Amino acid sequence: MSNTTDNQQVEKLIRDFIAVNLLYSTDGFPHKDDTSLLKEGIIDSLGVVELMEFAQKEFGVKVEPLEVTPDNFDSVTKLGVFIRRKRGTL
Amino acid sequence: MFERKRTRSVVEADMRQMLAALRHRGPDEFGILLDREIGLGNSRLSIIDLSGGSQPIANEDETLWIVFNGEVFNYIELRADLEKLGHRFRTSSDTEVILHMFEEYGPQCLNKLNGQFAIAIWDKNKRRLFLGRDRLGVRPLFYTHTSDGALVFASEIKSILSTRRIRAEIDPAIVEQVFTYWSPLSPNTIFHGIKECPPGHFLIADDQSIQIERYWKNEFPIDTDGLNLNGTPRVEEVIEEFRALLIDACRIRLRADVPVGSYLSGGLDSSTIASVVRRHTTNKLVTFSIAFGDQKFDESEFQIEMAAHLGTEHHVVRATHSEIADVFPQVIWHTEVPLMRTAPAPMFMLSKLVRDTGFKVVLTGEGADEFLAGYDIFKEAKVRRFWARQPGSKLRPQLLKSLYPDIGLAQSSASYLAAFFGEGLMEVDSPVYSHAIRWRNNRRTRRFLDDRVTANSNNAGVDEVAATLPPEFKKWSTLARAQFLEISVFLSEYLLSSQGDRMGMAHSIEGRFPFLDYRMVEFCNRLHPRLKMRGLTEKWLLKEAARPWLPDIIRRRPKRPYRAPIHRSFFNDKTPAYVREVLSPGSIQEAGLFKSGSVEQLVRKIDGGRAIGETDDMALAGIISTQLLHEQFVKNFPSIPSLSSKDRVKVCNLNPKKL
Repeated sequence: MSNTTDNQQVEKLIRDFIAVNLLYSTDGFPHKDDTSLLKEGIIDSLGVVELMEFAQKEFGVKVEPLEVTPDNFDSVTKLGVFIRRKRGTL
Repeated sequence: MFERKRTRSVVEADMRQMLAALRHRGPDEFGILLDREIGLGNSRLSIIDLSGGSQPIANEDETLWIVFNGEVFNYIELRADLEKLGHRFRTSSDTEVILHMFEEYGPQCLNKLNGQFAIAIWDKNKRRLFLGRDRLGVRPLFYTHTSDGALVFASEIKSILSTRRIRAEIDPAIVEQVFTYWSPLSPNTIFHGIKECPPGHFLIADDQSIQIERYWKNEFPIDTDGLNLNGTPRVEEVIEEFRALLIDACRIRLRADVPVGSYLSGGLDSSTIASVVRRHTTNKLVTFSIAFGDQKFDESEFQIEMAAHLGTEHHVVRATHSEIADVFPQVIWHTEVPLMRTAPAPMFMLSKLVRDTGFKVVLTGEGADEFLAGYDIFKEAKVRRFWARQPGSKLRPQLLKSLYPDIGLAQSSASYLAAFFGEGLMEVDSPVYSHAIRWRNNRRTRRFLDDRVTANSNNAGVDEVAATLPPEFKKWSTLARAQFLEISVFLSEYLLSSQGDRMGMAHSIEGRFPFLDYRMVEFCNRLHPRLKMRGLTEKWLLKEAARPWLPDIIRRRPKRPYRAPIHRSFFNDKTPAYVREVLSPGSIQEAGLFKSGSVEQLVRKIDGGRAIGETDDMALAGIISTQLLHEQFVKNFPSIPSLSSKDRVKVCNLNPKKL
């Protein structure tokens, strides 16, 4: 993914990934971008790992174990910010 | 079957049909009582008084008639007392003792029975039916009211359905319950209009009314958290008393006129039971175990160690992925409820092995984890309470890591661990504090439920359970509160049923549970929490008591939950055809309980070889089993061949003149 053209798409890709792979939703991501994935029961422990792997694979960023925190991963918005920061586009 | 409105007489054919549906529970002989509006039936697994124990049995003047399923282990002592009171016996069975106990003490006689039972007694003069169920629900008992006023009851739901007086209809609200708690909350069953007689209750019905009453409560002392151990008996005395009770609980459970074997999982509880049995009987002990092809679940090493230590004749059934999937439809036919786990399937295979080896009765270790605090959920609650006293601590939540080394969280950061288990951390006064995280996690599986199922959801969540708790609950120790929830929701409604009675009885095997002897239960409940869990050492008292009985390798090994593989069982190179069939969009839409698109996505994820987590595994088992229930009970409930002329059937018709 090129940084310039697809930067706006980060959140969309995150939403789609969560919708299909964690929520098994057929109608997309039904929450707001700042919804807590933990509090809403969207994600379980393996889901966190899945999300981490997704971030690495989809956006080509290297995620250190210590970076897997709710501050970075607990909402679409937070993950979007984290990915942009890692890609140096923020 | 009780035609309370006397619109028709119950006839022999009704009973023969109902009994045929229970043939697996007791294939040895059948008994029928008919008295116009009432029909009682019994399918007998002959264990005590092989020749004289045929049912139904009457009292001296034939005004009371009984059929029952199960055992009363203290019948010898009770009979001696009754004889002193002038009761006369025709047989040497426990069945007859129950009837005379009822005659002498009425419904409260249940408090004196030490056993596992579902009882039906007909009072011919009062035209009144009495049904009673054991304290913890070891033996099942279901009933329904038909639209024309009949009360139809049986040990299994399929027997009720076989009358065709009611059609099976899956209750969406109860599917939601199962997808949260792993079982329906008592007295619900998965089927609309069919209830269970709750454990520790009896039911009295006549043409006017039906009353259900509790006769036994699972109780704990008030506020033990605030006490210290001073003033209580010395620990050595407690251990001695515990040992004596356990030995006696095993001793009376060896009463049978057929050989008794023992399950051996390789863990502390069943090893202790097998060891006590070995030391207190002269017969050669025969033990039975499950080995798993999947190493992640296998405990063979410890089973072999223990069998060698005891010198038992040891038999093993090996459960592979494909065998678990192969037997699963039969398992669901017997559980009559959706399963969020496949763990009952190997138990089904094990009971077949026991039967094929020529045994009818096995002793097992169920109950120690609940009454002596063996489960990780008790530790989790303890750690969370400890942490809640210093919520800013970085170290305290780290204790949780040792509890769940297998889950994905262990690979992620400490702050995620804290966030995950920190949910509701400060709600320490919540009655369901110990279980709220588990139930919240389980509820993720509800994302597969169809909108029509969740549309009418009361969305009460865990408050649903809170509303059912006894008033004194809040005054118990925090451990006792967690134990109570585990016992009432998980032990009685899932473990003893789906993983216990139903899997044993599928092959006519009776399980007996020394740790569930009510004297043992009441003794353990009175213990100070520290004697059960010391620090984060589970079942402390049992480990101490078992010191002379077990090798250290067994006694000290960390507890390992009994589990069986789920997605690997259903999806492999030998996937049975039914799996994809029940998960197909057509089948899902026909049953109308799940979102077909979501199920398709789950299947695609598994097919793609992606990592499957706990939630996905639970959902998969839950969806397949619910779909199988729909298929077997709603859509194609089979026509079960009635008893034939080849069956031994004893019929007592008290009033051949019909209504």
